Amino acid sequence: MPEAILGISAYYHDSAAAILVDGEIIAAAHEERFTRKKHDPSFPLNAAKYVLEEAGIAYNDLTAVAFYDKPYIKFERLLETYHSFVPKGLVSFLSAMPVWIKEKLFMKKMLNEELAKLGDGKVRVLFPEHHLSHAASAFYPSPYEEAAILTLDGVGEWATTTIGYGKGKDIKILRELDFPHSLGLLYSAFTYYCGFKVNSGEYKLMGLAPYGNPKAEQTKDFKRKILENLVDIKEDGSILLNMEYYDFATGLKMAKDKKWEQILGIPIRKPESTLTGEYMNLALAIQMITEEVVLRLSNTTQELTKAKNIVLAGGVALNCVSNGKLLKSGIFDDIWIQPAAGDAGGALGAAYAAWHIWMGKERKIVTGKDAMKGAYLGPEFSDSDIVKVARRNNARFHYFESDDQLYDKISDILAEGNVVGWFQGRMEYGPRALGNRSIIGDARNPEMQKKMNLKIKYREGFRPFAPSVIEEEIQEYFELDRQSPYMLLVVPVNEARKNPEPEGYNDLEMYDRLYHLRSDIPSITHIDYSARVQSVNREVNPRYWHLINKFKQKTGYGLLVNTSFNVRGEPIVCSPEDGYRCFMRTEMDYLVLGNYLFDKKEQEKIKDDTNWQEEFELD
Amino acid sequence: MEFLKDLWGFLKERKKFWLLPLIVILLLFGVLIVFTSGSAIAPFIYTLF
Repeated sequence: MPEAILGISAYYHDSAAAILVDGEIIAAAHEERFTRKKHDPSFPLNAAKYVLEEAGIAYNDLTAVAFYDKPYIKFERLLETYHSFVPKGLVSFLSAMPVWIKEKLFMKKMLNEELAKLGDGKVRVLFPEHHLSHAASAFYPSPYEEAAILTLDGVGEWATTTIGYGKGKDIKILRELDFPHSLGLLYSAFTYYCGFKVNSGEYKLMGLAPYGNPKAEQTKDFKRKILENLVDIKEDGSILLNMEYYDFATGLKMAKDKKWEQILGIPIRKPESTLTGEYMNLALAIQMITEEVVLRLSNTTQELTKAKNIVLAGGVALNCVSNGKLLKSGIFDDIWIQPAAGDAGGALGAAYAAWHIWMGKERKIVTGKDAMKGAYLGPEFSDSDIVKVARRNNARFHYFESDDQLYDKISDILAEGNVVGWFQGRMEYGPRALGNRSIIGDARNPEMQKKMNLKIKYREGFRPFAPSVIEEEIQEYFELDRQSPYMLLVVPVNEARKNPEPEGYNDLEMYDRLYHLRSDIPSITHIDYSARVQSVNREVNPRYWHLINKFKQKTGYGLLVNTSFNVRGEPIVCSPEDGYRCFMRTEMDYLVLGNYLFDKKEQEKIKDDTNWQEEFELD
Repeated sequence: MEFLKDLWGFLKERKKFWLLPLIVILLLFGVLIVFTSGSAIAPFIYTLF
């Protein structure tokens, strides 16, 4: 009988479920993809049902369920924090406590009630620590026998940063930085101040940073003021936040706006208001500081572990710009980042911790290969599911018997400048679409970024897009000498591809800079001539690889623009129905579900469709 | 009663007995809340809670 562990992350943000069977990852998925509610924090009932079904395991036959943190220690942190700040924080205290007293303190009971919906057996429930779950999610599926481990996020129980060392089946946590001193919360405070949503807008801040002018006095001034007043960075990468300026420990927001305004000289930006140069410079300043902290921490990690390789997880590990800098620094020979680095990945990490630490099971590594199966760990749908969706929506489609003919047709469509919804196989685990739930286009097309941002995704015009490049061609386009399968490294575009900068480039208005043709692949070349690369491996995702390769045979370019298949505020599509609806609601030109091609010009409008802008809250 | 057992186990394990009075008061609070109000709604900010 196989031994299976169900991992669960829930009740804070991005709930998810994952399953390990005899130590192998069989399935993992975010709850938001099923409920269609972005960052859904509720118990992942749908995701758990799905992973059990995918594994063919009945709930009652599970060896254990692993929850990704320790609720009592989180409660301890909460009480001690309020106690140490008293009498400040009364409002926050009164808001938080009812939730805890009614729900979270009884989490075990709540969890058991939810788990009872999956089966009536008594299964052992384990609670590995939050950062141990992150560390396990980073180390165990990595391709290394031994590695240094760095986890960075907002906060778990107490820890906000940990340095660890993994070898074989063992993980040792060597250093820990505790709440409230947190790099994740520092970044979130700036996300808040720049007018983006905390906990989802951090990647917008990262995308905004390159618009800042690194040579501007204002940027240097921001950096200096931040370091003098808001955060003290120590030589080893530890940070101390000056809590006089933050409100997250005792208030209901991230920063004390008035105090920040006095220091920085600019007011808090109103959400959705015009982005001006000062916020770009501020975003750049905090991005530079974040990179500095990550590099110092990495140096400390190397000194402590003497390891050649490092693995990363935690929300800050999704900062692919700092990941790129870490790789370039050469502190470690290689780095590997858990694709579901945020809290959703905690589900997988908790399951791994239960398997290797609690059960003491040995680890099997395939050299040079990670265990994530390309992060294609979610549900897939059959041809008959697709046909049902088409019938239900009275949709017209073309079916391709041969995959080759499909690739041939779609590569033509892409080369003509069309935008295609590409829906294939199993859904991705983690926040990135990696070619199975993607919207794709021609990277050479100078209009593509504008079209995708404004007419397809309905999101801010400044947001960058990432390329999917076949692995064999990476060095043709980018200064990168290895794979980047999970789109978690930002690297420079090759010098030879770049067009010269116009005079005073950094002083141009945002959109003048944005629409300057920076390279021969302009739609994926960010404003600072960088790109967030996803390399596509022929064995891991053969369909996507063949499509890009066909495109290369026709155009000479072995890469495409890849963005997640959703509109702003919507979770990435999960089912063919979600895909068809998203296709019909946007100005996407074509949709490919498996081997079925849908042309927008041939479709009738969806009857009784709701307005998606009302359905999905802006992120 | 499993909750009380777990809570005691937690205080013992973490050697945080000084939190006990706070928790008792909070639980009394909790009883009040349960009997007097509807749902407890989490504040909208970063979910540190």
